[in-house]
Amino acid sequence: MQEIPINTYNSPNVILELIYRLKIKDVMTTNMVTATKDTTLREIQQILRKERVTGLPIVLGKRLIGIVSMDDIIQALDKGYIEEKAQDHMTRNLIVLEDDMPISFAISYFDRFSFHRFPVLNKYKELVGMITSRDITSTLLVEINREIEELERRNQNATNLSAEMSGEIHTYSILKHDFENAGYASTEIKKRLKSAGIAPQIIRRAAIASYELEMNLVVHSDGGELIAEYTPQMLQITAKDSGPGISDVEAAMTAGWSTASEWIRSLGFGAGMGLPNVKSVSDGFAIESTLNGTTVVCSIILHPNQEET
Amino acid sequence: MTISDLATLEGFKWATEKTQDWEIQDAYTGDLLSDVMGNAPSDSVLVTIQAHKNTIAVASLAGIHALVICNNRSVPDDMKEAAQEEEIAIFTTKDTQFQASCKIAKALGRLDENRN
Repeated sequence: MQEIPINTYNSPNVILELIYRLKIKDVMTTNMVTATKDTTLREIQQILRKERVTGLPIVLGKRLIGIVSMDDIIQALDKGYIEEKAQDHMTRNLIVLEDDMPISFAISYFDRFSFHRFPVLNKYKELVGMITSRDITSTLLVEINREIEELERRNQNATNLSAEMSGEIHTYSILKHDFENAGYASTEIKKRLKSAGIAPQIIRRAAIASYELEMNLVVHSDGGELIAEYTPQMLQITAKDSGPGISDVEAAMTAGWSTASEWIRSLGFGAGMGLPNVKSVSDGFAIESTLNGTTVVCSIILHPNQEET
Repeated sequence: MTISDLATLEGFKWATEKTQDWEIQDAYTGDLLSDVMGNAPSDSVLVTIQAHKNTIAVASLAGIHALVICNNRSVPDDMKEAAQEEEIAIFTTKDTQFQASCKIAKALGRLDENRN
């Protein structure tokens, strides 16, 4: 089994972010006990027992020159050289980590080598700490807990508010050339999304789509309906009219193409941007038109970021 | 700048009652409401000649806090009422859209932004 069973390249994003964000210096033990090359193995054995650690770094000033581990002590007891000095029996061929490395390095080191601890050096090659797999797992547990708490809180908020809206269907009747009330339906939709805590840039897209569709009904149709349907993930807006139909749907989808009269244009409408605008702000878009009427359906995903993660 | 800073610009006259003193961060000039709807930044002032009620609906949806109606066009009463309801300030001016935009750009400190 791996020492730390976390995959360092295809774990969930939250975990990957954590193991790259946390640095070795954030998790290592810094108040460690050290010995010198002249300390006897007997003394080291007593330190190991007293400090409840399984390996002791041997230093010369701030420089690391070796490690004496519990295994080395057992060997010494077995072979009878326990009274001899560290310098003659310590492990000199050391694998070290740097304090600025992300802990993903440490995790793969524990996986690759059979050591239970690694000395940590700073950029001046001075010994600044020791790291064990236990240091990593306990810090990770704390951090993972914090992340999950945050995720749950975010999820809860989004679901609560969307759940509250979910299943709501609002139908607005739109009359031909009723400029007086034009924009009412769109304003209502905008308010509904705002009170559900939807992100401003999503609300803006919904407002653009609903307003353009609403104005199309006012300007071009013989009257119709704007229907807003809410699901937890999506707002679907349907604009339905009873005629006269669009003669050339493909042209109507082209920016700048318009059949609006001079009067309509003088009001600032009929620029031929309506349907292209709706399509560009929507996540889903469909249009169907016959002489009996036109139906446009567009949808906007309410929590796009959540879907990605 | 804020709405009350707009009110101090030369030749700008209140057409509505004073509104809340919104912070204005940006501006947009245009008469095509679809274009304004799609492109105007929020927390902005709109420079236009479209003096009718539908402009208020667009402004409200796009997050525009103030309108400057140019070329001395008069503001109909139903537009003023709608603006009052939506807390949107309307100013009128004799200026063209270009002249009004220049004054606002200066007040926003944006005149130099294309110089590098």
